[in-house]
Parts: sequence; C-alpha cells; structure tokens
Amino acid sequence: MSSPAETGPPQYVITAENLTKRYGDVVAVDGISFSVPAGEAFGLLGPNGAGKSTTMKMIGGVSQRTSGSLNIMGMDPDQNGPEVRAHLGVVPQQDNLDEELKVRDNLLVYGRYFGLPMSYLRPKADELLEFAQLTDKAKSKVDALSGGMKRRLTIARSLINEPRILLLDEPTTGLDPQARHILWDRLFRLKEQGVTLILTTHYMDEAEQLCDRLIVVDKGRIMAEGSPASLIREYSTREVLELRFGSERNATVGTELEGIGERLETLPDRVLIYAHDGEAALEEVSARGLRPVTSLVRRSSLEDVFLRLTGRSLVD
Amino acid sequence: MTGATAAPGLRAHPPEVSAARARRWGSLYFAEHVLRVMKSYGWTIVMYGVGQPVAYLFAMGVGLATLVDTSSDAGFGGVSYLTFIAPALLVSAAVMAAASELTFPVMDGFKWRRIYYGPHASPLTPQQIALGQIIAVTVRFLLQSAIYFVVVALFGASPSAWGWVSILVATLTGLAFGLPLMAYAASVTQDKGQFAMVMRFIVMPLFLFSGTFFPLDTLPLTVRWIGWISPIWHGTELGRVFSYGYQEPPLLTIAHFVFLLVLTVVGWVLTKRQFIKRMAG
Repeated sequence: MSSPAETGPPQYVITAENLTKRYGDVVAVDGISFSVPAGEAFGLLGPNGAGKSTTMKMIGGVSQRTSGSLNIMGMDPDQNGPEVRAHLGVVPQQDNLDEELKVRDNLLVYGRYFGLPMSYLRPKADELLEFAQLTDKAKSKVDALSGGMKRRLTIARSLINEPRILLLDEPTTGLDPQARHILWDRLFRLKEQGVTLILTTHYMDEAEQLCDRLIVVDKGRIMAEGSPASLIREYSTREVLELRFGSERNATVGTELEGIGERLETLPDRVLIYAHDGEAALEEVSARGLRPVTSLVRRSSLEDVFLRLTGRSLVD
Repeated sequence: MTGATAAPGLRAHPPEVSAARARRWGSLYFAEHVLRVMKSYGWTIVMYGVGQPVAYLFAMGVGLATLVDTSSDAGFGGVSYLTFIAPALLVSAAVMAAASELTFPVMDGFKWRRIYYGPHASPLTPQQIALGQIIAVTVRFLLQSAIYFVVVALFGASPSAWGWVSILVATLTGLAFGLPLMAYAASVTQDKGQFAMVMRFIVMPLFLFSGTFFPLDTLPLTVRWIGWISPIWHGTELGRVFSYGYQEPPLLTIAHFVFLLVLTVVGWVLTKRQFIKRMAG
C-alpha cells in the first residue's frame, strides 16, 4: 500500500485519546491513545484479555467508552453510532452469520441493513462471493461451510457496503494454516485497494504479515507502538537461539549460559538467547560443554518483543 | 473503492445515505431478514394456520359440540359451540405462535447463533433490531390468523360481518402475550429449560382456564382470576364480540382492549430496554 507520508500529511480516519473502558471495577482498556491514517493496516497485538476486542467494539460504535475521546471519520461513535457504523465493515471474533439462510442471502440481508437496493446488492453479492472464492457455494446453507469458508463469507459480508475501514477481530483464530493464508491473501488485496484495516490478533506472524504498524497491548495499556520491523529492532536482537535442556534443567542452566548473547530468557519449556549471531551463540554453548536436547536459531519475531515487554508469552 | 474485484458502474451509495436510511427504515430492514428466514419454514406456518383450526374445529366444534348443551341458559350466548370456541382457538393459536417465535429465536439471536450481533455492527440500533423482529412476527400473526379465520368462516363459525376484526384481535393478543415474554427471553443468558416451563406452567394453564372451551364464569372463583389476568381471555372475549356479537357491557369490551394494549406497550418498553442493555455494553 502507499504510505500516507508519501502523499502529504496523513489524514487520520481514527483518533483515540486516553480511551478508557471500565466494567465495574475491571479496567478493560486503560487510557490508550493512537491514530490511524487512511489506508494503513493497523494492528492491536496482545494476549487474550488484553483489551483488544473491547477497543474494537468502541471503534465499531457498539460499546460506549467510559472516558477519553474517540473520533472515527470525524465523528464520535457514542454520539453518531449509525453514521459511524455506516462507514465500517466489521468482521467479528465469533461468526454471526445466519445459518438458516443460504450463503448468498446472508450477503443480501446484510446489505439491506445499509439501505442498499437489490439492484446493487444482487451483482455485488455475486462479486463478493467470487472474491471470497465461494461462488459455487452461493446456494448452500451456511452450516454446510467449513470454518475457513465461514470466515471468508463473514469478510465478504463486511464488504457489502464498500467500507473504507474494515475492522477485523481475530480474523484467523481457529483456522488451519491453509485457510489462514487464503484469508491473508484476500486482506492483502483489500489493502492494495486502499482500505484501512484495523486488526486484532494474538498471532505474531499474522501481525507481521499484515500490519504496517501496530500497538502491543497488555492489561489494557499500550506497551509499544511501531512497525513490526522497528519493534523487533528496538526490543529484540536480530536472531534468537532457542535451547531445550528438558523441563527440569531449563530452569537451572541459566547461570551456565550467562554472558552468551545479549540477553537470556528462561521459559518453562526452553531457554532463549538473544544474539546478533545465533550460530555463534550456539557454538559458544557447545564450547562450554553444554548439550541441549534441541537447538534452533531463528529470526526475532514480535513474540520476542512481547516477551521482552511483558515478561510473558503471547499465547499462554 | 470496490471492496473486491471491481465491476464497472457498481457503486454503493455513500455512508451518509446508509445511515439516514437505516435511521428511518432500520426496523423494516431487520424485519425483512427475519421474514426471509420465516419463508424457509413458510409451509409450517401455513399448515399451522390451516391444519390446527381444521383439527380443533372438527374435534371440539363438530365432535364435542354434539355433547354440549348450547341453549342460552348454558352460557354460550345462544350460539353453536363451534361459534363459541372459534374466536378462542384463533386467539390461542396466535399466543402459541408468540410462545414459539419470541422465546428460543430471541435467545438464539443473543446466544447461540448470535444473529443479532450482525446487524448490531451495521447502522441498525438494538431497539430497531428488537422492533424488526416484532414486525416480522406480527406479519406472521396476521397471516396465520387470516388463514385461520378463513377456515373458521368456511365452517360457518363467524356469523358476524365484523368477524374479520378477530384477525386483528388475535394479532394484538399475540403481541400482548409475546412482548413481555420476549423481554424475558432477552434477559435469559443460560438455557435451563425456562421456556419449557413457560409453556407448561404459563401458556397451557392460560389456554385451559381463559374461557377457551367454556365460559369463564362457570369456573370457581379460586381459578377464575387466571382468566382475568390472562391475555387469552381478554383476547377471546374481544374476539367473540366481533365474531358473533357476544353481548357484554361496552366498558368491559374497552377494558379487554386496554388490557391487551397495556401489556403490549409494557412488553415493548421492557424488550427495548433489555435489548439495549444486552447489546450496548
């Protein structure tokens, strides 16, 4: 996609300042601020319960904030819910397709919520079914579709009103790798067409693949913000050496590994050595006479960023 | 933008138009959705509308009627037993339909298939979603009651020229009973058999003790109150007035209507509140 910076000052389609949501004593979103320029793929990365979905619901104009300000396309979703929602396409975390209707009818009824006429909806539904690779399922009942197909149909449905902003809440959770890749491909195409994507995920590879920029969220707060590459550069080393010594030994081997690489992280199942050169670090481990059960040198990922920032793994 | 592969000339109207239309017609848009779903079991509705009255009218009106004394002293107002029970059956059928359309499907919308949350992300509001469902169900009540009435009329059991008004009476009774139930269904978060209990301990007793098969004043006072608080009784009495000119004090006729209207309005207010509470968290 074209960076907004290339075409002049960014036009923000979403601006949140000190956005807060409380449920009784529980603070789900704790004063977060961010802005999203038009055309960006913006991610909220964090573990379950971090406040991502709550933030999405506030952006989507279906949950009122407790305090702070939120502006979507120049409007306050708490004041102008229908107007804000008319600009959006929403892919919820849980599919809520009508399984009693046929695949194509799901698109038609959804389009009617936007007051779109049938003369537009009929060809548009066919076009979107093609886009979602579901043309041959048009007359099937929804409950006959696989999980991946249902997700694609939900995405197709969210595009019926030609939204400029697409909200995707955990779009690939529960899908097999092939279904995820098909979905990613569809989302790339939308990005190429200039659709602003707002995406929550707890999959680091998904965030790295799809997001131009993201915020790492934990316990309702923003821990870091930037592009996937810049976050990895800032919070991790180029490579990571993963060592497994067996669950009992992992915890105690740390002192013997001290001084190798730039940083050491001991997890219950493995030890991570953060180093610019992972192979060199592995050689040093061998030179100290340590024999791990398995070893793996890999590039740093957002998982490592999250671990560094919170001391916890993303997928618990 | 196209959202997908562009077809030349195919453009959605601007979001402002969507919002304005949804604000104005949103309830009807959701009603359209529910009616499309109902269409998939349309034959069930038609058969319910035709089959049930035929079965009841034969069994009760033709079979049982031969054993029932319909002299004016017996309390049937001097009309045939068939004519006496026909408005009650019409009203009861609408109430039964309300009990099926406004319990499980409502919980389904919130909990199982969560279909309310689709339109909730669109420009529609929770109250429009609730009203849309009510509009669709009202269409069903009207359609079903109209079919029922035609069958009743063919049996010669609706002698008055105003008999057709009992279609509206049945529909109003369906709403008067259904909307408070819908508000309750919208508040249920765990299915622990509550709706089966409603059928067994509310719908059936009301059906049996609402002056359906015999005049309410033939019952002892200890159970007669069930009829007084029952929308079925109020709807049935109102239906009888229009169906065969049943004589009762005009104030009582007005009271039946007001009772049904109040239940409908209270049910709507509670339903609306519950939908907003549940969806706008």
